[in-house]
Formats: sequence, structure tokens, C-alpha cells
Amino acid sequence: MPKFEYAPAPESRSIVSLRDSYGLFIDGAFTDTADGRIFKTISPATEEVLAEVTEAGPSDVDRAVTAARKAYEQTWSRLPGKERAKYLFRIARLVQERSRELAVLESLNNGKPIKESRDVDIPLVAAHFFYHAGWADKLEFAGYGPSPGPIGVAGQIIPWNFPLLMLAWKIAPALACGNTVVLKPAETTPLTALAFAEICQQADLPPGVVNIVTGAGETGRALAEHPGIDKVAFTGSTEVGKQIARACRRMHRRNTLELGGKAANIVFEDAPMDQAVEGIVNGIFFNQGHVCCAGSRLLVQESVYDEVIASLRRRLATLRLGDPLDKNTDVGAINSAAQLAKIRELSDLGEAEGAERWSPPCELPARGFWFPPTIFTGVAQAHRIAREEIFGPVLSVLTFRTPAEAVEKANNTPYGLSAGVWTEKGSLILWMASRLRAGVVWANTFNRFDPASPFGGYKESGYGREGGRHGLEAYLDV
Amino acid sequence: MSITLEGARDLRGFLHGLPGVDRVGAEARAAMLAGRSIKTTAKQWALDLAISVIDLTTLEGQDTPGKVRALCAKARQPDPADPSAPRVAAICVYSDLARVAAQELAGTGIHVASVATSFPSGRASLDVKLADVRYAIAEGADEVDMVIDRGAFLAGNYDLVYSEIVAVKEACAAAGDGGTHLKVILETGELVTYDNVRRASWLAMLAGADFIKTSTGKVSPAATLPVTMVMLEAVRDFREAYGRQVGVKPAGGIRTAKDAIRYLVLVNETAGEDWLDPDWFRIGASSLLNDLLMQRTKMKTGHYEGPDYFTLD
Repeated sequence: MPKFEYAPAPESRSIVSLRDSYGLFIDGAFTDTADGRIFKTISPATEEVLAEVTEAGPSDVDRAVTAARKAYEQTWSRLPGKERAKYLFRIARLVQERSRELAVLESLNNGKPIKESRDVDIPLVAAHFFYHAGWADKLEFAGYGPSPGPIGVAGQIIPWNFPLLMLAWKIAPALACGNTVVLKPAETTPLTALAFAEICQQADLPPGVVNIVTGAGETGRALAEHPGIDKVAFTGSTEVGKQIARACRRMHRRNTLELGGKAANIVFEDAPMDQAVEGIVNGIFFNQGHVCCAGSRLLVQESVYDEVIASLRRRLATLRLGDPLDKNTDVGAINSAAQLAKIRELSDLGEAEGAERWSPPCELPARGFWFPPTIFTGVAQAHRIAREEIFGPVLSVLTFRTPAEAVEKANNTPYGLSAGVWTEKGSLILWMASRLRAGVVWANTFNRFDPASPFGGYKESGYGREGGRHGLEAYLDV
Repeated sequence: MSITLEGARDLRGFLHGLPGVDRVGAEARAAMLAGRSIKTTAKQWALDLAISVIDLTTLEGQDTPGKVRALCAKARQPDPADPSAPRVAAICVYSDLARVAAQELAGTGIHVASVATSFPSGRASLDVKLADVRYAIAEGADEVDMVIDRGAFLAGNYDLVYSEIVAVKEACAAAGDGGTHLKVILETGELVTYDNVRRASWLAMLAGADFIKTSTGKVSPAATLPVTMVMLEAVRDFREAYGRQVGVKPAGGIRTAKDAIRYLVLVNETAGEDWLDPDWFRIGASSLLNDLLMQRTKMKTGHYEGPDYFTLD
């Protein structure tokens, strides 16, 4: 028994008032489905049913697209940028005002620790709306010509790992640039998107500018392939991304994709070691590793390998896994049974392939979906756990000898979303950054996000950028 | 870490070979740990531990025997209304008042710490510094809080800093009875960078420090969470390398129970629970004690007492 046992410190759930069931948010109001069905959404930490939500059918999607088209043509695209900005500022401030409620709701529905939803997700959501509100009346200075216009109606499909943040990444730039949207949140995490629909109502956003259709893969397909939209923006798995890209090519439709990753986190022998260990932990165990840019491949210079692994194990033993609403929880629940099964399968495979598996002593709750923080050592590039995205709290450790070898191994992946470099030597950081084929290269840090910084991938990690001046291009007719 | 004490004689090479500290990352980690939420039973336990690790301090030009006697009375019985309140670890005074403290605390188990070596600036000849140390010990101090020569450290004269600590350590060891406990004050507010803090920590430990201490309390900033974290990493790594455990003492600027608990969390999750003990962790403070007592009473009774219900000493 530890000397200093932290007593439970749960964030109160009472700030969240959930309805029993939710319809679809179309044309500024919640409406019942015409041809869909009802399904239950749960808390992955306890499997408790939180609410009933609607799986939108094709005619529901059609209604949403029609509403978005009407709003685009009759109001939103005609509003001057400074007027659009006011709505975005208002939304940003409403998000801040309701931040505790949104954080609790996000942790309930997603399983992520309240520490993260409170300190990372929700503040970034507000920041994205503030940032893009600032762009709305300054688009002629964005470098895309004297008066760049919007594209039209955007169909947006987002994943379950950062439900509200991914919504903000999609909706904020689209609205700032004068587009209207139909957004489909992930099947397992619809609740903060539905809370966001209420925020749109509170902000008096003109009806139809934002439409939210909940559902699963079929709803997403109906949206992506709907003839009435002008653009698809997708964040999610590479597998689904490829299907969408094919459909869009067939239909000559614009699309931006932000897909999987297998990022290398590269630790040199002269790294600031304690911070590098923190960076490794943050790189792969932040959000249970449900992060497309997670540092899931640790590349350690062989000369400090033993030291790094020893420090990492010691640090992992202090990670606190459990109730996502406990303010001291570092690692929360896996988002779904399906994802847990996938993580288990790939981890078992890692062992079968001969890598050595290690987890700290760690008691898993009896109910819900849980997986302990796990490290695989003795991993080679040839192993599947070094190539495939696990999307869970599983780190594969490889070694290298020289900077050139580090670059070669880091780039030897079908993905290219992010990378991390840890060294006290500035010139080496610049040398590495110019050679790593990844959309983001972090130096002596990892998993840091800012609305002003563009984010996106190389190769199978997708195309198009989100955030910053570059991210506007995805929603402007240029 | 495979460097031996003999090999460490090339101090510059050794100290500059220590891994660097990334400022942004270190401060982010300390801030994350400061966000731990310590409630109910955990808070009760932490408040009592925090009281028991205090070096109750008065280091003023206006200190008098009367003031020190009053402080010793407080150390013996922090809360007259609640005899279950733990005692503090030590009283910390200037050397000329160590005798008063030693008399007041005889038989209580509360230590008498005296600052020495031309505290707080450390600007004097080695002879003067050693005389100061011997005087403090002769006056009854069983713990000596020395300051390092920051000027020499910043000038890169590590050998000088090292040899002064070694000389003071010898003077402490000569005191008999297992020797006098030596705390080495780095005055991190004057070292400024975390790299310097890490190097000075190792330097002091290699030279024989029993404790490393952040500050004199006379320089701002005094103790901070990230500085203390870097020092806790140093004692953790030092024990790993040499098998000898060294204590840590943040001092100055820790005034509230909330702050104190943050330091205990930092200890717990950086060096580990072995350090959660007055033998291995101290907090140098004067006004902190009353806030801890006030919070302690609040935990027991459910309501706050006014400040006049806690003694001012």
C-alpha cells in the first residue's frame, strides 16, 4: 500500500443535464428521424447508458444538406466577414462559459481523463473558434487572392478521440470562410456535438448554418456521397479515408483527409532526459493513445537505451489509471469494446512476433473497457506493431545508432503525420526537421496543439491542413 | 550512470555531462503535478506530514533570545488546543541563537538547525566560514545549513565550491555523535537556470551533503516547484548511482497548506515515497505552520477558526 494514497477526487457530474433522447439537429432545431433508428450511447468507463441518440437515415441526411444549402445561399455566404466573426466569437465565449459542463460530458462519453478534457480539449475548442473568428473579416490577407470566396456546403465527418475538438477544427474554419456544414460526429461520442448544437441555438446562429446528424458508418457514407455537398472533410481511419477519397474522385468532389499515423518519437543521447521521458509518456499515453499523431514508435539512440527504458518503466509505475472523472486520473478508458479488441489483437500479435511486452502493475476496473499502459521492447521495423496504427496505449521501442539511421527508420512508414525529436543540440533538430517526412515535427515536446499551427499529414496520413493560415485553403474556393 | 566518485574528480566534465533540463518541459511537468487534487483522508495525512517536515525558521537581524524561545515553544506544541498536532522537525536560527534553541528543545527530539558559512551571501574566507560552522556546532546545533559560493559556481570554479563543502562536511563530521547533519543551500534564485540547479545539486551531493536546500529565503525567487523537482530528480538519480540517499529542503515562499501539499505530491511522484519523511524532506518556513494548523482544524471540525485561535510566535 502506498504511503501517500490519493483519496478519490471526482469532478461532479451534476453540472451535466442529459436528455433521455436526442434527435437530429437540422435547420436550427432538433428533429425526429424520418428513416433512421434510435441507438444508445454509453460511458466506456462503466458501460452505463447515458442517452439515446438517433442514427440518421439517407432522407435525414438529405434534409440536413438541403437546410445547409438554403442557409448558404440565403444568409451565410451573403453575410460580411465581420458579421460571421461575431457569431464565431459568441460561440467561443459560450464554449468557455460552459467549459466545465462540456469537459465532464466529454469525459463521460469518451472515457478520457477529466484532466485532459478540462485542460486540453475544451480550452483548445474555444481557442479554435476565437482564432477563426479573427480570420473571418481578413480573408483577403490570407494569401489566396484579393477576395477568396467560400466553397459551399461542407460534409464533415469526425472521429471519437477528440469529439468536440475535432468538431471545432472542422466547423470553425468552414464558418469563418463563409461555408455551411453538415457534421457527423462519431458513433460512440455524439453527446458533446449535440451540446454544441444547443450552443449554436444559444448563439442565435442562423438556422441551417450548422447541422449535426448523428449516426455510424452508413450515415457517414450517405453524407460523403450526397450529391448536394461541395466538399468532404474527414478525420478518421486510413481505411475509411481511402473509401471517401475514391468516392470523391468519382464525383469530382473536393476533399481533405486527416488519417492515421505511426509517429516516431526520436530520443538522442544528449536529450534532456527527464523531459524526454515525460514526452514519451505524453506522446503515447495522452488520451489512452487514441491520438492519430501519437508517438507510438519510440526510436532511442542505442547508447542511452538502458537508461531510457529504466526511467520510462519507473515513470509508468506512477501513472494513475481509472475513473475518467477523477481529477487525478492520468489514463482513462478505451473508447469502445471494438477498439479494445483491436488493441488486444495487435498487442498479442506483438508478443507472438517476439517483442517483449511490459506493463506496470496496474489494477483494471471490472466494468468498462480498459487496457494497461504497455511497452514493447525489442521491436524491429519488420514487426507489425512497428508498422500498423494500434490507436491505444501501446508503445513500440526501437533503437538507432546515427541521426541518418533515425531519419531512415522514422520515414520508413506509410504514414507521415507527426514526429518528435529530443536533443539539446539545436543544429541537429533543424537537420532532422528538414528530413523527416511528417506534417508536424515537435522539438523537445510532443502533442502540442495551437489553432495558429497547421496540422496534417504526408502519404497515407492524408492531405490538406487544418489550423493556421494554411487550414483556410480547405474552405476557400482558390 | 556508471561514474564513480574517483572519476568525478574531473568535476567540470562530469557536471557538464549531466543531461540538460528543458525549461518548458520541466515547468509543464511541475504544473501538472501542482494540479493533483488532494482531498479528505489524503489531505489529512498530508497536512500532518507537512507539519512534521517543517524547519520552523527565524533568520532576522532583530531575532532575540525571547523570540527564539517563543518559536521553540511553538515547535514543541504547535496547537495548544489540540495536543494531537505533530511537532515540527527542527528550529532554524542564526548560530548565535543556537544555544537558546538547544536549551529550549533539549529532550524533545526536535532538531536545532543553524545557518552558517557567512549566511546568506557566503562571501567570506574559508577560515571564517569554518569558524562559523564550528561555533554553530559548539552552541548546540545538530544540523548546519551552509550556503555555497554562488560567485565561484557561476565563474565555473566548481573545484572551489566542492572543496568548501568538503571542508564544512569535515567540520561537521568532527562534531562526534555521528556528526552534524549538513544541508547545503544552493540559492537557486541566483543560479537561475535549471541546468545550473542540476549541476549544483550533484556537486553538493558528491561533496558529501546530507541534504540539498533551495534557498536562503533572502533572494527572490526562493523555492519554486520546478526547481525543487529538478533537485528531487537529482537525489533520485544520485541514490541510483551511488546508493546513498540525500534529502531535499525547499525553503522560502512556501506559506500555505495548499503549497505545502503540492510539494509533498512533487516528492511522491518524483523522488518517490522513500523521501516522504522528515529525515529526507524538509520545508523551511515561518508562517506556513499556522495555515497548516488552521486547515487541520477545519478538516477535524468542519469549520474554519479565526486567526486569533492560532498562536503567533
